[in-house]
Amino acid sequence: MSDAVPTPVSAPATGAVAPQITDAEREELRRHGVLITYFEELYNWGRSNSIWPLQFGLACCAIEMIAAATARFDIARFGAEIFRPSPRQADLMIVSGTVTKKMAPQVVRLWNQMPEPKYCIAMGACAISGGPFKQGYNVLKGVDRFIPVDIYIPGCPPRPEALLNGLIELQKKIRGEHLTGPDGARFTRPEIPSEFPIPECGEHDLVPPKNNALWTPPPSAPRKA
Amino acid sequence: MESLEQIRDRLRAYFPAAQVLIVTNPGVAAEHSLLVDAAHGRDIALFLRDDSALALDYCSNATGVDWPDKEITDSVKTAVPDPAGGAPKIIEQKTTRLQPGCLEAVYHLYSMKLRHGPVILRLRTANRSDQTTLPSLTPIWRSCDFQEREIYDLYGIIFEGHPDLRRLLMWEGFKDHPMRKDYVDPDDYEWEPTAHAQVLERAKAHFPAAPKPEVPKP
Amino acid sequence: MIGNGSAPAPFASFPGPTVRSVNDPFHGDLLEVSMGPQHPSTHGVFRMVVTLDGELIIKLKPVFGYLHRNHEKIAENTTYLGSMPYTDRLDYLCSMSTNWAYALAVEKLAGQAVPERAQYVRVILAEMTRLVNHSCLVGFLFNDLGTSFTPLLYAFREREKFLDLFEALSGSRMMCNYQRFGGCRVDPSSEWLEAARQIVENYPRFLDEYETMLTGNEIMLARTQGIGRLGLAQAINAGITGPVLRASGGSYDVRKVDGYGFYPRFDFRVPLGEHGDTYDRYMLRILEMRESVKILQQAFRDIPAGPIMDPKAKLRGFRPKAGEAYGRIEGPKGELGFYLISDGSPNPYRYRVRPPTLINLTLLEEMCLGHTIADAVVILGSIDIVLGEVDR
Repeated sequence: MSDAVPTPVSAPATGAVAPQITDAEREELRRHGVLITYFEELYNWGRSNSIWPLQFGLACCAIEMIAAATARFDIARFGAEIFRPSPRQADLMIVSGTVTKKMAPQVVRLWNQMPEPKYCIAMGACAISGGPFKQGYNVLKGVDRFIPVDIYIPGCPPRPEALLNGLIELQKKIRGEHLTGPDGARFTRPEIPSEFPIPECGEHDLVPPKNNALWTPPPSAPRKA
Repeated sequence: MESLEQIRDRLRAYFPAAQVLIVTNPGVAAEHSLLVDAAHGRDIALFLRDDSALALDYCSNATGVDWPDKEITDSVKTAVPDPAGGAPKIIEQKTTRLQPGCLEAVYHLYSMKLRHGPVILRLRTANRSDQTTLPSLTPIWRSCDFQEREIYDLYGIIFEGHPDLRRLLMWEGFKDHPMRKDYVDPDDYEWEPTAHAQVLERAKAHFPAAPKPEVPKP
Repeated sequence: MIGNGSAPAPFASFPGPTVRSVNDPFHGDLLEVSMGPQHPSTHGVFRMVVTLDGELIIKLKPVFGYLHRNHEKIAENTTYLGSMPYTDRLDYLCSMSTNWAYALAVEKLAGQAVPERAQYVRVILAEMTRLVNHSCLVGFLFNDLGTSFTPLLYAFREREKFLDLFEALSGSRMMCNYQRFGGCRVDPSSEWLEAARQIVENYPRFLDEYETMLTGNEIMLARTQGIGRLGLAQAINAGITGPVLRASGGSYDVRKVDGYGFYPRFDFRVPLGEHGDTYDRYMLRILEMRESVKILQQAFRDIPAGPIMDPKAKLRGFRPKAGEAYGRIEGPKGELGFYLISDGSPNPYRYRVRPPTLINLTLLEEMCLGHTIADAVVILGSIDIVLGEVDR
């Protein structure tokens, strides 16, 4: 094996193709100091292990997010301890806490300012659906009404371990992303918008109250008088 | 600290034109309050702050309360003599009138210097629709600054003399006053009964209907 | 800046920048900057619109409401007990003492008595909350000063020990929902009390370690002494309470004035500051933590056996008589009060939270005028705000 020229392996277009080299052979090569991988795998591995979240704490869940960054739970071992204050430098927006209608335009604006590839975690019941404050007139019933959410972490507040679990799920999702082809990741396809329209604070409610392209109400939730 | 009756009598002596009444608190806490008419509100507040025996220099809390309009049905029974000579017929006439509710601002006053309190001050507007002005007590106690802005935002009471009366919690273009009892929140269509609503319904069903809340009379 | 997708009306186009130049002939070019609502140093979604002359602050207007979650309106449609979990989420760092404030107000409204053991447990939990809150506040203050997380890591290390205790007792780290009208939900076991006592015994050592790092630090002294002075008369008139008032010399602690709970039984002092600047506010919190440890030691020594909940407390169908009550405690941030109006039904007619942090922010502009933006961040940090309580 040592004097055979390793065949160049390119990322398969559709993802599911029988590899030309078996895992055992790859392991053998690795022991000799030769690494053979897909470019996609390498790229995704680098990306998933160095996610930089945006420093964006809204409410109580933000305290658990800070606790996840402290020494006991240590988000640093997942590569995510650098919380960037500026959205231009962040990959991940952890929406931790209730999004109110007054705050919603700013959340969408921050999302628009983040460069691709970017991900969103809705942490806590309030970010998922309004949570315990669902009856509130000023509460946005879920941040996924205006921006696309990748991972939902339920809890009120979710424990820091739950946030780390969510982060691990996001890492798995990133590692499974494809860079080319019709089922490639969101940022590789130009027809999927990466910036979303910012709602305005109207006279009685947000205008519009939700982004219809992103989110439609589930049919089984009728409004009762 | 002197009793509420003594404070009322002193206020009536100093401000003979003002209407100062005591609103008794029927509950166990027995925190009775002083109802003062809006025109003399600020003068009385200044007196309460600067008086040496009371020295109420600390306004702890300013709250808004909404007492909605009440429909009152009057029935008048008239006896109409029967032209045929029999027993007179009794005709009942029912008229409904709307007793206007009011918006109220309640202030809890304490004294940091003399360590006593609370003295509770109440100011009421004339009605809920067009006469919703009250004197602002911010020039006297700066702590009412944000609290009166919040009452304006959520209830709609306009405080005359407030240095900066803008909305505090809702955004500038918002038109409604959400804490009023007749506020209808926007149709987010996704409101569904939460566990709280069910618990409340069950609690209410256990007891006979409570009487409709009334503005506490002095 | 709408992306490749379509952007139909009526969506807003990209608004103008948040930095504007204001031409004032006297001052030259003034700059209006919006600090927040997303900012690494504003302790939550809080916005300050600051007008600057170079780096000096000419005008400062705070903007609230970004976390207004309609707590008071929801409480009008919820039973009294159903609002208890919402009080956890008001000041989310101090849920045990906020619970106690609400339970106190309702007990005052309904005339409910509380057994002795429950009072001691409440004092223990409230003082532990004060320790947690003050150490985290010092950590966040130093975060604002630029130490980039290190003191906060120490504070959170201690906080985790207390959170483990809270979780063992009430089931949740932060949102404890533990107090009830007439006592507490669960009786702490003797093992829990012993474990808590051990942690409190070790706390002064942590405080010494903390102070060695922080108190004599030259940079901290240079950046906090003389910054953000608050005069006493101004503070009393503005309704400032808590450590901010006491740092200015105002001796008003609701624990001593009202004597709620069993505080009159405990021997503790109330530290007072002299200058009312940021350094005094920091030092006062350190001293208050030491006094809290003293209270805790006495409480652990004296706690009696007995019921944890008043046997005559009405657990189901709780319906206080019509009337009103205002109950207040000395929370870690100031005087936290609840004003309740009952009309005889299971849910309150009017439910009002008196937020200490909102009222402490009344004088933010006066404290920051003439200082630089960096100082404004530090001053805000020393006032100790939590947006859940400011906006409710």
